[in-house]
Amino acid sequence: MQTKRTIFPNKLLPYALLAPQLAVTLVFFIWPAFQAVKSSFEREDPFGFRTTFIWFENYARLFADPGYVNSLQKTAIFSVSVTLLSMSLSLLLAVAVTRVIRSNRAYTTLLVWPYAVAPVVVGILWWFMFNPTIGIAPYILRGLGISWNHRIDGNQAMILVVIAASWKQISYNFLFFVAGLQSVPQSLTEAAAIDGAGPFKRFWTIVFPLLSPTTFFLLIVNINYSMFDTFGLIDATTNGGPNQATNILVYKVYADGFLGLNIGSSAAQSVVLMLIVIALTAIQFRYIERRVQY
Amino acid sequence: MSKNTLCLSVGLAAMLSASPAMAQTEIAWWHAMDAELGQKLEAIAQGFNDSQDEYVVVPSYKGTYPETLTAAIAAFRANEQPAIVQVFEVGTGTMMAATGAVNPVYQLMADAGEPWDPSGFLAPVTGYYSDTNGNILSMPFNSSTPIMYYNKDVFEKAGLDPETPPKTWAELETMTRQIVESGAAPCGFTTGWVSWIQTENLSAIHDQPYGTLENGFGGLGTEFQFNGPVQVKHWDNLKKWSDEGLFQYGGPVGGADAPPKFYAQECAIYMNSSASRAGVINNAKEFEVGFAPLPYYDDVTTEPKNSIIGGATLWALNGKAPEVYTGVAKFFTYLSSPEVQAQWHQDTGYLPITNAAYELGQEQGYYEANPGSDIAINQITRGEPTANSKGVRFGNLTQVRTVVDEEFEAMLSGSKSAQEALDAAVERGNQILRDFEAANS
Repeated sequence: MQTKRTIFPNKLLPYALLAPQLAVTLVFFIWPAFQAVKSSFEREDPFGFRTTFIWFENYARLFADPGYVNSLQKTAIFSVSVTLLSMSLSLLLAVAVTRVIRSNRAYTTLLVWPYAVAPVVVGILWWFMFNPTIGIAPYILRGLGISWNHRIDGNQAMILVVIAASWKQISYNFLFFVAGLQSVPQSLTEAAAIDGAGPFKRFWTIVFPLLSPTTFFLLIVNINYSMFDTFGLIDATTNGGPNQATNILVYKVYADGFLGLNIGSSAAQSVVLMLIVIALTAIQFRYIERRVQY
Repeated sequence: MSKNTLCLSVGLAAMLSASPAMAQTEIAWWHAMDAELGQKLEAIAQGFNDSQDEYVVVPSYKGTYPETLTAAIAAFRANEQPAIVQVFEVGTGTMMAATGAVNPVYQLMADAGEPWDPSGFLAPVTGYYSDTNGNILSMPFNSSTPIMYYNKDVFEKAGLDPETPPKTWAELETMTRQIVESGAAPCGFTTGWVSWIQTENLSAIHDQPYGTLENGFGGLGTEFQFNGPVQVKHWDNLKKWSDEGLFQYGGPVGGADAPPKFYAQECAIYMNSSASRAGVINNAKEFEVGFAPLPYYDDVTTEPKNSIIGGATLWALNGKAPEVYTGVAKFFTYLSSPEVQAQWHQDTGYLPITNAAYELGQEQGYYEANPGSDIAINQITRGEPTANSKGVRFGNLTQVRTVVDEEFEAMLSGSKSAQEALDAAVERGNQILRDFEAANS
């Protein structure tokens, strides 16, 4: 790897140039994170009159709480499902679009549209379509003999939020896959074709391995998306229900902190969530990246 | 520009912009009333501003009830709090425990020399919002109580008398079965607020305790008791009726799916706050609506007690200049005047807060012209309130209600029996009460 070294004549100048970025990071990232860590060791009434330092009690109670363990499981199910579903579908769409010679630009544009929709609006759209009373989907499903009521059935609620969250993320993944596919050298696939490799063989042995940097990048982005950015969607569709069936970690942080005004527990939860994401990203970079071919 | 001129010009600009406001004291009022209710609320503030020129009340909409409360608390911690904030009834326990944050209304009125006579309020309102010493800490503003709305057209189609709504749960069961079996509507009834209506109010109406220490009015050491036989029987029935198709669940918290079920004529009966009246009348264009009190179990009681209050009160927050509180006191006096109260009550379906406002409505002939509009007030004032029907006061009640919703959903999905669900709700609820006690003592 090449590195460019610039020698500054003035010793202070590099620090001065870095200062704005450092200030932003300190004020908007480090300081709130520090506050969260501090609050997670305290018990406080909502108005902040009485603050007691209680060491790890918030954490201890968290992991003793079946509701929190449930939330961890739901988050795992949700994140894995959303990541797999949205990435596989968007890869399929990207491959399909690159094979279309005519009007593939039009398809590309159409497929990117959902990304412009805000998460809450996505939530409302799907809530509307799957509303047990007035929605079109339960009406059709009833015709097929399936009774849809995600207000009562936790599995149906999970399916609903997974579909909604994946739908939203497909566009983003699709764009990156299309770009990735275009950078796969045509000569390689042609050579393989001449050697008698069929389309599936060509895809799995040439295209897919060459796409691995894109896939790896999207994997990290999608896991982060499903763990953090889906809050608005959950809020608009299921409110974490029924009976906590879709109460993923980030929603629980909100519900306990903002609705329940339990700041200590909410802070402890966000610290745990932060650690989980740091750990996941570290693992991904350490183990999966080794298998990525740049 | 030199530093001095900069300071000077900033100072000048501040003086210029401040000078018109110097004449009038501004009173910020954070509230949670949207749409039509928000407009009616702003009309009240405007009415007060027009009635005098010393004070100006500035209402701002801050989102839902929980969002408004959270915003006010965050603002208080940052010393940016409004003078008045509207807090819903489940936040009452939280606010009452925050003694340093609140300027109690009885004191505020006395300090400003404004008239203050709690006996002028409706008895259930005074009872609900008094602390253990009998003092009212916040200004009653919008109080409601759940009632029953029903579709007269569907009743007629099913061969029932549209003028005779069910009085008891047994009658409701027979009638809704007839409605569903005759095909007049696919669903018998639905409800908003399973926690508030089908659990808290159910307990009050049947004189069953919700928690120890007078439903929490007696102190922070209270424990829940709502897993008694009457509540279990009712939840059991709701599960049975849900399986049978007589009852449809409208979702957690306020039950967002419940009103469309009623408006779309899918469910024949709908139980919700009396303040839903305006919405029901607006949306029930294609059928005639009837109003009735909530049903009761006649094998438990023959004299149902009063139902309990929902809605919100106005809290004055500490940390403002004395003249602001004088203005707040004057505004509260204006707000509770019979004319303003009667107008608000008639426009929205909230209860009239004072006896005088109710009497004014009677003089105006409002209740005769609008049949069913006095159901709520009759239901909340019937009988002699007991410790069980006075209301509920628990800290962190928002979270407890979430727990109640969750356990109700667990029961509906069949993973728990009514007894198991209510036992679990009580156990989890008690844990939340202990947290609140620990944080506030």
